[in-house]
Amino acid sequence: MVTEENVKEWLDEVKDPEIPVLSLIDLGVITKIDIHESLVKVAMTPTFVGCPAIDYMKNDIVEVLQKHGVKEVEVDVNFEQSWNSNKITQKGRKALKEFGLAPPPKHVLIVDLDILEHVQCPNCNSTNTELKSPFGPTACRSIHHCFDCKETFEQFKPL
Amino acid sequence: MMTNTEALKELIYKMADDQLILGHRNSEWTGFGPLLEEDIAFSSMAQDKVGQSYALYQILNDLGEGDPDTVAFMRNADQFHNSQLVELPNGEYDFSLVRHFLFDTAEAIRFQMLTNCSHEPLAQLANKIKGELRYHTMHADIWIKQLGRATEESVSKLQDSLDRLIPYAIGVFEPSPMEDQIIEDKIFEGEGKLRQQWEEAILVVISKTSLNLPDLSLVKPVYGGRVGQHTEHLQPLLDEMSEVFKIDPTADW
Repeated sequence: MVTEENVKEWLDEVKDPEIPVLSLIDLGVITKIDIHESLVKVAMTPTFVGCPAIDYMKNDIVEVLQKHGVKEVEVDVNFEQSWNSNKITQKGRKALKEFGLAPPPKHVLIVDLDILEHVQCPNCNSTNTELKSPFGPTACRSIHHCFDCKETFEQFKPL
Repeated sequence: MMTNTEALKELIYKMADDQLILGHRNSEWTGFGPLLEEDIAFSSMAQDKVGQSYALYQILNDLGEGDPDTVAFMRNADQFHNSQLVELPNGEYDFSLVRHFLFDTAEAIRFQMLTNCSHEPLAQLANKIKGELRYHTMHADIWIKQLGRATEESVSKLQDSLDRLIPYAIGVFEPSPMEDQIIEDKIFEGEGKLRQQWEEAILVVISKTSLNLPDLSLVKPVYGGRVGQHTEHLQPLLDEMSEVFKIDPTADW
């Protein structure tokens, strides 16, 4: 009998295609797992509404669960429990930083965008940084510059 | 409570069409932005807006309308409900920037108001989209404040665009024939209320610049978009946007 814990463990193998160090569990986009005998239903919610990676993630979920012997998989994308950046796990935050992406600061849901101004540099940990652009190479990233190590870096945006 | 589905659908159509068409216009900046960061910004906002329109068309689909791709790609201009503001050609950067500021300020307030919508799926989506739009309004506000008090040239360019765009921007708030129903069913608090909050919000930003906001009570709004009356610019945009889909509806990439 497959348990919810099994499914979570397996879904930890499914990575965000744009940030391959981050699993869907770490990202916090899996909102519900229902198991009915041979059927596993997974509910997920996108980080950004226009995230183009969502179809890839759906396919990867089906593939990985089938690999572990689940006969039937249903993936439903909805906004019932919408994603925000606080849902990224501690393990996920660490992985982001090691990947060179500043993790989003934890916030109390009303995002004060001033927190974008002095993001901690993932390379040298300095906060002597500035926001270059609230938009980056993917919908979920912003671009920053560090005055101390002189590197330009990206942040996973708080939302 | 029984929600008036026709009134709900009408509201979602106009929002979805606004997002799709402005998303397409924003995407026309890809490769042409005056700065690399601006190129990326307009391209990112394009991606957000087209994605948001897809999610809105998906809600319409659940209410019995066609599938999102068909609805987006197979209608003619007179079947679109977007405001004329979003279909105008990009012009120069100042024109696109002012439009982005006027439109996104309204849209951010609209989605904030819709978090209380009686149709739960729309309320949930609005709750999500309002967070994303903060980045759009932040982007617009930063640039309007900077360029709106930078040089004589930047101020006069923005002022010209503002004067030209204001009548179209007020056209966004064209009331629906079903406005009373929409308010009564607690779908949305109404275009009038939205307009009032929008006027206050744009004034906050404009007052930090050397720009002058025209007397909005004297402006004659450009209406018509919501009922399918469009400028000559919309059909060519749709033709271009749907070109691949019309050649091969099953094309995948």
